[in-house]
Amino acid sequence: MTAATKTGFRIRQTKADKVFDIMNYVLLTICFLLVAYPLYFIVIASISDPVDVYAGKVFLFPHNATLDGYRRILEYKTFFTGYRNTVIYTVVGTAVNVVLTLPAAYALSRKDLVGRNAIMMMITFTMIFSGGIVPNYLLVDSLGLLDTMWALILPVAVSSWNLIVARTFFQQTIPDELLEASQLDGATNIQFFLQVVLPLSKAIIAVLVLFYAVSHWNSYFTAMIYLSDVNKHPLQLVLRSILFENSLGDMVEDAANLAAQQRLGDMIKYGIIIASSLPLLILYPFLQRYFIQGVMIGAVKG
Amino acid sequence: MSMSATVHARDLRHEPARKKLKKILCNWQLYLFLLPTIAYFLIFRYYPMLGLQIAFRKYKATMGMWGSPWVGWKNFQDFFNTPAFKRVLPNTLAISVGTLLISFPIPVLLALLLNQLPSRRYKKLVQTTLYAPHFISTVVLVGIITLFFALKSGIVNHIMEALGIERVHFMGEASWFRPLYIGSEIWQSAGWGSILYLAALSAINPELHEAAVMDGANKFQRVWHIDIPGILPTIVIMFILNSGKIMAVGQEKAYLMQTSLNQETSEIISTYVYKRGLQSHQYSFATAVGMFESVVNLVLICTVNFISKRVTDSSLF
Repeated sequence: MTAATKTGFRIRQTKADKVFDIMNYVLLTICFLLVAYPLYFIVIASISDPVDVYAGKVFLFPHNATLDGYRRILEYKTFFTGYRNTVIYTVVGTAVNVVLTLPAAYALSRKDLVGRNAIMMMITFTMIFSGGIVPNYLLVDSLGLLDTMWALILPVAVSSWNLIVARTFFQQTIPDELLEASQLDGATNIQFFLQVVLPLSKAIIAVLVLFYAVSHWNSYFTAMIYLSDVNKHPLQLVLRSILFENSLGDMVEDAANLAAQQRLGDMIKYGIIIASSLPLLILYPFLQRYFIQGVMIGAVKG
Repeated sequence: MSMSATVHARDLRHEPARKKLKKILCNWQLYLFLLPTIAYFLIFRYYPMLGLQIAFRKYKATMGMWGSPWVGWKNFQDFFNTPAFKRVLPNTLAISVGTLLISFPIPVLLALLLNQLPSRRYKKLVQTTLYAPHFISTVVLVGIITLFFALKSGIVNHIMEALGIERVHFMGEASWFRPLYIGSEIWQSAGWGSILYLAALSAINPELHEAAVMDGANKFQRVWHIDIPGILPTIVIMFILNSGKIMAVGQEKAYLMQTSLNQETSEIISTYVYKRGLQSHQYSFATAVGMFESVVNLVLICTVNFISKRVTDSSLF
């Protein structure tokens, strides 16, 4: 909306427009509360007396605030093993993703690449058809990747969607003249890519790192299928056993009885939801624009 | 690289083969860039498609996927004849069609409203909040649902009781699986989904709005006559993309939301494939079921795309 239209509103603000604005504020505020309140409740439930949370006395403010839940989580070793594993899988996995995606996307953005339409078709087709989980499992098994970190990394080494996003970015931002000029200087494609294209691509590198890293951080299903060794389990699988199988172990064993254990368990669950999402919760507001940029570039392709 | 100087950035079609070959040779480094990625797609995406042949075989680990005996359509017939078929197919369709019809319009509405919000700061606050759930993992999301909707301790039941409504065992009743699945889907993705439409809205020429204001059009009329037609192509494309996923309801969330009490509605094709295939090791049977799903999807997305090309001129491919 331009400044001109904005002032235009103020002069011509009719009754109908006012009604529209009020309705708009009301509706969006309801949406805002529907999303924000559950997130807020998780925070206050994680630091309130579990007896009060269980009894439904906690709605707006924490009751008898305590950090007991977090203390118990900090003492739980399995949680940290999971955290460490996830950090490793995310860092290595994202590095592999980006190192594969960037050069390939650049090559595919070049109009003088013979066969690029065929390669694009080959890549796009995998977005609408796949072998399914059983053939994938048999493949990972036959490659000897079961129970290794690579089972979580290699099968998702390149995402078609991210590859297309990166290719679109290169098409939009690297002008043909730049290539022509450096070719006249005798630069090879590798030199051009490393010395000219990459320095211009900070935004798309950020987008790729974020998209890939989030998907590694959040994935549980592949780990559930491919990793049976508990010591290799990523955070999400540890969370799954805590949240759904109630494997709280020694975190609650000092509680007086089963009911007390369950209440304490609930507090730990709220706390562990926060603790596991912490890196993203902290980084998200700063990185938001890169995420949005990524979606927008993708949208251009449509 | 002397010959490369002028060979680039021209249309490749209708060129003599010799010239084409020259181009391939002097761009050999670009093929080097592509090599690992193409290898990845061949090994991890296309080779498993060859693995689909075990849907037509009786897979035995000792004989492998190339040596196990052929059985034709038997695995498919077995699937169509199981009592489970009559359950998982309608369940899958109910979840996906329900999600498509109920959750599809919401990001569009959000974008239209956000775009018309007079206060920029409030808009930013609402956006940041609505996008946030997108980053929550499936495990955490279902964990939240389980905690919030618990019968005795859940906040939802506490609120309902405070309002004088009887408590409901949400996770234990089959009839609540779909509302919870679709509702949480909306909660998690509607905000994020609006980004695309907001981008499309910002591309609308502001002069259209200025002219309409001059003509005395109010906000509602401008949304109706300018904003909505302006983003219609985006809406159509997104609808095609989403309808292509009609059969492909991911197993990740449904699997976590399953309890022994809600299987009647929560067992869908993908969870069924996972259980029969990787938990009970009926590889051939599960592959056939999964393939049935993938093929129906492929047909669906092509059909919707074709119809849309005819009717609206917007299409995906």
